[in-house]
Amino acid sequence: MKIGIVCPYSWDVPGGVQFHIRDLAEHLIRLGHQVSVLAPADDETPLPPYVVSAGRAVPVPYNGSVARLNFGFLSAARVRRWLHDGTFDVIHIHEPTSPSLGLLACWAAQGPIVATFHTSNPRSRAMIAAYPILQPALEKISARIAVSEYARRTLVEHLGGDAVVIPNGVDVGFFDRAEPRPEWQGGTIGFIGRIDEPRKGLPVLMRALPAILAARPDTRLLVAGRGDEEEAVASLPAAMRERVEFLGMVSDEDKARLLRSVDVYVAPNTGGESFGIILVEAMSAGAPVLASDLDAFAQVLDQGAAGELFANEDADALAAAAIRLLGDPERRAELRERGTAHVRRFDWSTVGADILAVYETVTDGAASVAADERTGLRARFGLARE
Amino acid sequence: MPPVIETLIWIAVAVVAIGMYLSWTAGRLDRLHTRIDAARAALDAQLLRRASVTQELATSGVLDPAASIVLYEAAHAARQAEEEHREVAESELSAALRAVFGETAQVEAVKEIPGGEEAASELAAAARRVPMARRFHNDAVRAARALRRHRKVRWFRLAGHAPFPLAFEMDDEPPVALADRPVS
Repeated sequence: MKIGIVCPYSWDVPGGVQFHIRDLAEHLIRLGHQVSVLAPADDETPLPPYVVSAGRAVPVPYNGSVARLNFGFLSAARVRRWLHDGTFDVIHIHEPTSPSLGLLACWAAQGPIVATFHTSNPRSRAMIAAYPILQPALEKISARIAVSEYARRTLVEHLGGDAVVIPNGVDVGFFDRAEPRPEWQGGTIGFIGRIDEPRKGLPVLMRALPAILAARPDTRLLVAGRGDEEEAVASLPAAMRERVEFLGMVSDEDKARLLRSVDVYVAPNTGGESFGIILVEAMSAGAPVLASDLDAFAQVLDQGAAGELFANEDADALAAAAIRLLGDPERRAELRERGTAHVRRFDWSTVGADILAVYETVTDGAASVAADERTGLRARFGLARE
Repeated sequence: MPPVIETLIWIAVAVVAIGMYLSWTAGRLDRLHTRIDAARAALDAQLLRRASVTQELATSGVLDPAASIVLYEAAHAARQAEEEHREVAESELSAALRAVFGETAQVEAVKEIPGGEEAASELAAAARRVPMARRFHNDAVRAARALRRHRKVRWFRLAGHAPFPLAFEMDDEPPVALADRPVS
């Protein structure tokens, strides 16, 4: 099958959507499909052979932060050329509602279009204003995929219609095979994420840490991620600061080894998550997971069956749960076992098969993707008089 | 320029603009109808596939006679159903499949015999794709209905003679033992 995938965000900036698209493309190529990914990228960036650059993304203030987006005449022309040259059986657009390549591709294409909705943004004012403009483009999508039940609910409320839920994929084997590192073992708690991004929840964990250290003084907290380390530990008493180890940005291999090594992986995120891929990665590596009870997290953890949940932003609840887990090896072993069984459904073998099933369902009996030729004026009038 | 001509020109411009807008809307509607047709064809294909695999399993002698008869009856009824009874017949096939493959042991038993592994995975794939295809179909139907209810479409009869699209409502819950992944 010839598959075209549209990535709305810059290929050179790491992010959840980009990683998902990279893994999906590589999975499909391994299965023998022809895949081409259209993504915004700087001209100097080295790109994998299956990625086609759609030009440089422009930073614009959008939705409360600065987003790097692609729009305008030049990008639209590149999208058209890509569609024309590709002769795809199906195109898969990610985030079709972001004012970037996704939306442009939606406008420019006709034929079997699959779209994945990643975010679960609350309805923004811009979206309401843009609704009449978006609707004709979104109508062309033959199949919608939401990455979680939560994302599907947002989609149904905001845009109407329905979607199938297919979670993001993880290479379970990669995390499962990683070797633990002895210096990261023994009473350790793991945290991975941006240090200076409050929504990732490190401040909540820092508030809980004194109580955890009071009950179990041997505990160490391992933090992997970018940000200001001094500021992160500023709220801790000086004596406790040495129990926190910062590892900085880690490679994928080290991330897997870290998750293999820790006794408990804590995800104290306070909001803005629509899936929670890191929880799946932690479970794949066999780490017992303790996460805040966000909708998306609760769903990934099977409502608490595959990992423990604590009340969001409640540092005391987090401390109590962490102390309980650290002192109970049997419970940890149980969580490990359940997590390992639970993550099978997030493995690329399963997720990829589901996505291919969607492709096959929409291509059954349909013509291939083509550029949507705008009807000429005369044809328009012919139509109007009918 | 006399004011009358100026007014006429403006009216002509307005008429042309409205005409273009209407023709664009008609094109939109046309595309939605094409999408419904494709989605319906895909749904039909998945339903037929599910019924044929079920019938094959029922006649293969793999299952006990009672289960075979239940499945055969349901699959046969689903394939022969008239259009207006189709939703009920397909729902009954779903119920029959759930009754027979409600337990993992039954699925394991099927997998053990020669060729059983393939049959089971084929049935699982078919049972998983039916809800998918149905969701895509009903999503297209919803979009077309929303547009067709609009004033401009009704007043100018942009939909032509195309029948008002109907959603396909049925019970498509796959059997638990066959669904080895989250279904939602």
